[in-house]
Amino acid sequence: MTTPEMIHRSETAVSIELQTPDMTLNIGPQHPSTHGVLRLVANIDGERVTDVEPVIGYMHRGYEKLSEVRTYAQITALVNRIDWVSGFANEVPFIAGVEKLMGVEVPERAQWIRLILSELARISSHLVFMSSYPLELGATTPLMHSLREREYILELIEEVTGGRFHPNFNRVGGVKPAYGGGSTTKKQSMDLPEGFFQRTADAMDRMDVICDDIDQLVTGNELIKMRTVGVGVIPGSKALEYGLTGPNLRASGVAYDLRKADPYLTYDQVDFDVAWRPEGDCYDRYVVRLEEIRQSARIVRQAIDKIPSGPLQAKVPRVLKAPKGQVYSRAENPKGEFGYFIVSEGGKIPYRLKIRSTSFSNLSILPWILKGQLVPDLVAIMGSLDFVLGDVDR
Amino acid sequence: MEFVDNFWFQLVLKLAGILGVVLTGALVVIYAELKIGSHMQTRIGPYYAGGRWGWAQPLADGLKFLQKEDLSPTGSDRTVYGFAPYVVMMATIAVFVVVPFGPDMVGANLDLGAFYLLAISSLSVLGVLMAGWSSANKYSLIGGLRAAAQLIAYELPLVLAVVAVVIQAGTMSLNGIVDAQQQTWFTIGSFNISAPFIIQGQILGFAIFMIAAVAELSRIPFDMPIAESELTMGYLTEYSGIRFTMFFLGEYASMISLSAIAATLYLGGYAVPGVHGNIVNLLGPGVLLTKVAILVFVIIWIRWTWPRLREDQLQTLAWTWLIPLALLNIAIVSIFKVVF
Amino acid sequence: MSKNVAFPFPGLVKGMWVTLKALFKKAPVTMYPDVQEIPVPRARGVISLDVDACTVCMLCARECPDWCIYIEGHKEEQPPSKPGGKPRVRATLDRFDIDYGLCMYCGICVEVCPFDALFWSPEYEYSETDVINLLHNKERLTEWLATVPEPPALER
Repeated sequence: MTTPEMIHRSETAVSIELQTPDMTLNIGPQHPSTHGVLRLVANIDGERVTDVEPVIGYMHRGYEKLSEVRTYAQITALVNRIDWVSGFANEVPFIAGVEKLMGVEVPERAQWIRLILSELARISSHLVFMSSYPLELGATTPLMHSLREREYILELIEEVTGGRFHPNFNRVGGVKPAYGGGSTTKKQSMDLPEGFFQRTADAMDRMDVICDDIDQLVTGNELIKMRTVGVGVIPGSKALEYGLTGPNLRASGVAYDLRKADPYLTYDQVDFDVAWRPEGDCYDRYVVRLEEIRQSARIVRQAIDKIPSGPLQAKVPRVLKAPKGQVYSRAENPKGEFGYFIVSEGGKIPYRLKIRSTSFSNLSILPWILKGQLVPDLVAIMGSLDFVLGDVDR
Repeated sequence: MEFVDNFWFQLVLKLAGILGVVLTGALVVIYAELKIGSHMQTRIGPYYAGGRWGWAQPLADGLKFLQKEDLSPTGSDRTVYGFAPYVVMMATIAVFVVVPFGPDMVGANLDLGAFYLLAISSLSVLGVLMAGWSSANKYSLIGGLRAAAQLIAYELPLVLAVVAVVIQAGTMSLNGIVDAQQQTWFTIGSFNISAPFIIQGQILGFAIFMIAAVAELSRIPFDMPIAESELTMGYLTEYSGIRFTMFFLGEYASMISLSAIAATLYLGGYAVPGVHGNIVNLLGPGVLLTKVAILVFVIIWIRWTWPRLREDQLQTLAWTWLIPLALLNIAIVSIFKVVF
Repeated sequence: MSKNVAFPFPGLVKGMWVTLKALFKKAPVTMYPDVQEIPVPRARGVISLDVDACTVCMLCARECPDWCIYIEGHKEEQPPSKPGGKPRVRATLDRFDIDYGLCMYCGICVEVCPFDALFWSPEYEYSETDVINLLHNKERLTEWLATVPEPPALER
């Protein structure tokens, strides 16, 4: 097998004889493999990318600025739209930050519900990766198989929160306690609906089945291995330098997971393994995510055994006013560390909200890693980083 | 019945027959791909068009394409751009001239049939290259060049695989090759056993031929010239309307033609064991088309299961594995031919 | 690595087995226009309005993150409850429009309503060919009220 270096050397030898000019190729903003509107201005020499410059901002929606004129409750509805394939997971760190500012203690049951829904969001996000990544390599069938299974997860989330993608279920001091704040007729408690645990357990069994299916379809497939093993290697030190987090970092041999390193919610009470791999190539990033689906299913199974009964929300004032101060709160999202830096001047709205979105930080490695790759590898590497453009541009 | 022997009458009949087979065949294969592909993905696929099972979906798609505006991009080479799809279509249809559907049911029983079809089937890449070059689109250009590279890499194993068959059969005429597969292979008691070449030790050659054929079709796992996740649609990016339909039909028609060639060369073609005479002319097309259907199903099955390779990996596969193996195959076949 | 190129069989064949199995499985598809999927009771499909309960307090319109609720009302003098008392003032709803072209389905309005005038209904078939028709007025919103389901039973 010829290594990329060998090919590169032979190509260099050729290009000395024939001085061919480089071609500038605009990949995106409309392109099938840019997950939306990322634009890459690539300089290519034949099929080899000599230089690449990512251009972002085509989907800038100004969430940081919008948040400066929204109340905390309204921001909760906004933030789950940042990374739309794992909506619930975006709310958790924001609400945790506001709670930290206000000094609210969250009831046990609400924390467990948050944990279950976060893990469901993680599974659904990784299933999207399981569908889109093989598609980028040309395999179309894993797409439908994974999205079919994701539907069961989304149904569970909808059953509890009322929204498939945008749950808007977290409230300061807990989770959404009831419909209607009024004291009159139809007050509906928003506690978990009957049969939820059973259906969740069933869905988790389905996840194990689909993971085995994907294993057979994709993981063991020699063509996939040829395309991904040894492609786009990110060494652990480079990953740390560029601020990669989440599965991308863990695939580079750094077993850093906020759920273990800085436990939030009730992650210290569940038993799970941090999935990590040593090589740091595309294949490892893929395998880490597949393993995380299995681990998340394991966490959810434990959680539905351990969840206590109790109130859903702590007592909070009707008008939320955060005291003066600032706080950074973070959580391990499906794509990595997701953080909010909230500055409050006192009052109903934050003075400033800085969003540390995962995909943006993960994408920062693109110019470094894409230099010298082939065009097909460019697609494979970009897909393996698993970004969502809404998360990049905010 | 001198009327039947009239050259022009026969020509029109054969043209109509080949066009009928190619176009209806292509539509059937498109439908099969839609249906098989969607069921493999646990979808349903076409359902409403035509009333039942969506059988009219390919026709409806075709009609839709006909209504679309036939765009050619600014800066494109109009003439070349316009002709490219017809070159592809012509090359595809011309292959059918030598495919024998029965002892007499053949467009032209050329003595150099195998040579002719190898020459003609590689012509379609010329159309692809024309499309890629004239589109004035960088993606198209890369796609067209990839197709050209792929052709050079894959025409060689294809030819070498066919050479082994020709050696074994001792003729280049496709009818002759089919007849050769009906000759007595060996005798048990009073039974004369004949077998298609795939059983007579050509399994390696068949595998090489099929891999090369899929590469020539530029279908997954060798669809780098199109590679929609990398090159949006490769050389097809700028095409629309009727010209796109031509490419589309051409792809599926050449699926049929290459499968028919594979069936003829390796699987015994139209021959029915133990049946001789005129009746084969009636049974032959059915037998051949069944074999074609099986091969087409495998090609579709592969397309909906596997990912695509990288261009350099394809070259490695072709030059370091398929060509040496094909040469080895020729050597083995020749030795057996001489010794036995 | 070249070994994988030469004998690419186990993984590839396994994958083909998965797709072959799927070929003969029944597709888990809801044939939508013919068969309708029933959403879960909590699904946020469309907001319905109970006009009688509304007191024109404007809380929903104020809390809405994208200001898609338009409310107008006026005060009506009502006869005093007992003779000789002061005449009561009652707010009457003139206009209550929700622009579903703007709404982001966050549910804050339903949550903040102190008089339980707003409810979520899981109905979802109200797409329009003209965006102006997505502005549902008071009467249209009241129609949805009949589709509000009973809340689901709770776990534990």
